[in-house]
Amino acid sequence: MIVLRPSNDAEAQDMIGWAMAENHPLEIVAGGSKRALGRPPRTDHQLDVSRLSGIVDYEPAELVMTARAATPMADIQRQLADQQQMLAFEPPDWRKLLASNAEPTLGGVLACNLSGPRRLRAGAARDFFLGFAAINGRGDAWKAGGKVVKNVTGYDMCKLQAGAFGTLSLLTEVTLKVMPKPETSCTLLLHGLADDIAIPTMLRALNTPHEVSGAAHLPSPAARRSSVDAVANGLGGATALRLEGPPPSVIYRAAELEKLLGHGDRLDAAASERLWTEIASVESLVAGRERYLWRLCPTPARAGAVVQAIRARLASADALFDWGGGLVWLNLDAEDAGPDGGAAIIRAAMGQIGGHAMLVVAPEALRATTPVFEPASATIDALQCRIKQGFDPGGILNPGRMWEGR
Amino acid sequence: MIRMPAPDEAVLARRSEIVDALRRIVPGEGVIDSASERRAFECDGLTAYRQLPMVVVLPETTAQVSEILRYCHANRIKVVPRGAGTSLSGGALPLQDGILLGLGKFKRILEIDVENRCIVVQPGVTNLGISQAVQAQGLYYAPDPSSQIACTIGGNVAENSGGVHCLKYGLTTNNVLGVELVMMDGEIIRLGGKHFDASGYDLLGVLVGSEGMLGVVTEVTVRILPKPPGARALMIGFATIEGAGHCVAEVIATGIIPGGMEMMDHLAIEAAEAFVHAGYPLDAAALLIIELDGCAAEIDHLIAAVEAIASRHGATSCRASQSEAERLLFWAGRKAAFPAVGRLSPDYYCMDGTIPRRQIGTVLQRMEEMEAKYKLRVANVFHAGDGNLHPLILYDANRPGELQRAEDFGNDILRLCVEVGGVLTGEHGVGVEKRDLMGTMFNDSDLDQQTRLKCAFDSESLLNPGKVFPQLCRCAELGRVHVHAGNLRFPDLPRF
Ligand SMILES: Cc1cc2nc3c(=O)[nH]c(=O)nc-3n(C[C@H](O)[C@H](O)[C@H](O)COP(=O)(O)OP(=O)(O)OC[C@H]3O[C@@H](n4cnc5c(N)ncnc54)[C@H](O)[C@@H]3O)c2cc1C
Ligand SMILES: Cc1cc2nc3c(=O)[nH]c(=O)nc-3n(C[C@H](O)[C@H](O)[C@H](O)COP(=O)(O)OP(=O)(O)OC[C@H]3O[C@@H](n4cnc5c(N)ncnc54)[C@H](O)[C@@H]3O)c2cc1C
Repeated sequence: MIVLRPSNDAEAQDMIGWAMAENHPLEIVAGGSKRALGRPPRTDHQLDVSRLSGIVDYEPAELVMTARAATPMADIQRQLADQQQMLAFEPPDWRKLLASNAEPTLGGVLACNLSGPRRLRAGAARDFFLGFAAINGRGDAWKAGGKVVKNVTGYDMCKLQAGAFGTLSLLTEVTLKVMPKPETSCTLLLHGLADDIAIPTMLRALNTPHEVSGAAHLPSPAARRSSVDAVANGLGGATALRLEGPPPSVIYRAAELEKLLGHGDRLDAAASERLWTEIASVESLVAGRERYLWRLCPTPARAGAVVQAIRARLASADALFDWGGGLVWLNLDAEDAGPDGGAAIIRAAMGQIGGHAMLVVAPEALRATTPVFEPASATIDALQCRIKQGFDPGGILNPGRMWEGR
Repeated sequence: MIRMPAPDEAVLARRSEIVDALRRIVPGEGVIDSASERRAFECDGLTAYRQLPMVVVLPETTAQVSEILRYCHANRIKVVPRGAGTSLSGGALPLQDGILLGLGKFKRILEIDVENRCIVVQPGVTNLGISQAVQAQGLYYAPDPSSQIACTIGGNVAENSGGVHCLKYGLTTNNVLGVELVMMDGEIIRLGGKHFDASGYDLLGVLVGSEGMLGVVTEVTVRILPKPPGARALMIGFATIEGAGHCVAEVIATGIIPGGMEMMDHLAIEAAEAFVHAGYPLDAAALLIIELDGCAAEIDHLIAAVEAIASRHGATSCRASQSEAERLLFWAGRKAAFPAVGRLSPDYYCMDGTIPRRQIGTVLQRMEEMEAKYKLRVANVFHAGDGNLHPLILYDANRPGELQRAEDFGNDILRLCVEVGGVLTGEHGVGVEKRDLMGTMFNDSDLDQQTRLKCAFDSESLLNPGKVFPQLCRCAELGRVHVHAGNLRFPDLPRF
């Protein structure tokens, strides 16, 4: 195996041009923290872009940051924190989940469109992606978007790149919208709600004007494993609602929500941060035995029903609800799940209500045989094929990462 | 003036046959054939450009849209989708040899789903109609273009429209959850739904803002939000534009994202005040309207913070609204700025560039120099929070040469926006208007990639051609694979 390590865009362009000419598919690797995410790519060679790193421009008052794509997330977060700013989509750290200790990079987060708990209020990674420079599978350098927060010039190609898992173009530089960090935060905890009570409770909270910026439910097994005492020691499951903003506002809204939903514990800013980091990284579902982890995005109000339907056939399913029910993590016992990792049962349940399911944690062999991403209709699939064909006709960039054979 | 592609004579010759075919798909009054009735569709909000469409069709069902497109695809007939026709960039400008496909009859609200905080509507529902439909439940749809009484959600999706509240609540793209889309070959697909995010490529994300060139939207699901419990506005006058600009920058740098933050220059203040008598300070060089929303505790806290910042930057006057009526009055002038400026001059031309906010002083200075060069006046209204400028160029189309001068002036302003690090359009779209300026922001390779996306959806380039791209689509040519072999200095590569 050859590892190609470009130090600038021109070199990366040459390398992709060579790969295309000689028909050598490449696996794009930056930090390598998410190599186990998606289907295992089948490539002879790697394109290691970790040298395309560094913050290029950061203007806090413009709410804009431009960085080379492989800039470590840690550097980005540090620079932002110095200015009391943040990435509002709350990029989750999935290293524990994916059993990796490599360094996540900004480009990787965007390529996979990974968002954390605040996604339900603030939007996903893709919503903060303003512009980029890239190289497609033909070796053409190109750019799209801009470096200002509001722009509709041309198609919104950022959306196409976000979530394409590096299969259309190599990102070399990206521009993001950043946001001010809230002055403070607190989390209300309600204990002992069954799933089918907890989800409507979260949806009710989200339908108040109190700007809930995180709504998660940990059924009791997940709650027991939490590192936050108030969650782990409560009776039964824990339902968490986060409020952020200026202190007088947070205090007022917390009291209003409690009037509406009942009193539980209140977590202060530090405990709150610990809990939401843990929820984002799905730590309380990472179990010792061999288990598969699925990530479901159902119609939020139907999350409980979906889990119930799945649990009726896969009794081992251990769940965690985020995004007010819009995100469900399911941990399955490998033996119980069967040879397809539970795909048929999960997708049949999801098919009833709308949404999609992704197999996130599973051994390579299973990720190679079970469709990791939600299969699309034939028409949409053909459309995606044409897009891939346009940008990467030789199938050079991460072939097989999203779909078999392309 | 921008030139549209030459019409296809063969299609023009078959006009009556095409009208008959459309009548078989959409019976009754849904096909508009007479020139006098077609006249109503000859332009959108960019009124300097006019063209009678070959024929207008107003379908009522998705199945009809699908059949129309399938027929047009098979017969290589161009199609221009249209909502309310308020586009300011000529996106809905008809083609002489094209069918104008109006979505005006798709007016139904299909489902209000409070639990999942979304609403499913047909594309011809107006932007305001959505908020009105959920008003009783204390909910609203956040993006609020000034044209919201008239413009349709289908048009908003196509243009990725914004409004004064999009700094805090996002543009259309951040609030659309799903669509039903008819592709040019007649295939009907669903993208997104009531759930979050996409699996596979984010086709919904690229559809929003695609200016009617990727497909015809026949149903839209959008996020609805609980109304903030309260809102108050501050009206702050400044002796200089720079002072106002620095105030905006510091508000944001302090960590405050107001519900809205708008700036007007002296001419716009004067025009608006004369029109609505909102009590704007006529001695100010710049006026900021900053709205803070949330619970009372939050609003009071933020108002105090913003007032302090404003006085540090030399505010000459500062008033906080004391009632809902007064808040609306503060806004009335800003919301009526276009018609107010319209009273100063027979015609005006509205520009829409975005700049990095720190460049506001430079840009306004350079615009003043251009006013002298082109001998035309400009009034500026400005979505200050996100750097989106709306210079309104005053001209009189009846005076020979003035329209051309206004267009040249506008183009210079947009080039300037790009030169200082900004973009050609913040919310109105490229359309016909800015098509030939695309090259100032993008090189051929950049445009080729956008075209490749277009080709995946519409390989014959039949849907809204002549818009956005300076060159007509060349899908076959772009699909070809060129191999640049042998240019890699392979032995020198680090490897392990
Ligand atoms: C303080 C308090 C308040 C309460 N308030 C209410 C109320 O307002 N309304 C009401 O109806 N009930 C209420 N209850 C009752 C309580 O909700 C019931 O005990 C509940 O049905 C048990 O659900 P559980 O989620 O705790 O599941 P468990 O008792 O933990 O469920 C049994 C087993 O099922 C599994 N399990 C269940 N769901 C999941 C999941 N989604 N993912 C993984 N594993 C799962 C676990 O493995 C667990 O071992 C309350 C209880 C307490 C203690
Ligand atoms: C006074 C005034 C104020 C304005 N203020 C704002 C503002 O504050 N913010 C802002 O962003 N814009 C503003 N606009 C611009 C305009 O209102 C928006 O662009 C709006 O979204 C256009 O909607 P429409 O229904 O009128 O679409 P049209 O003008 O009919 O069409 C616009 C584009 O959308 C396409 N299209 C329409 N419907 C569909 C469909 N169903 N499927 C596929 N494509 C479709 C058309 O082909 C065309 O390319 C303003 C316009 C005016 C006249």
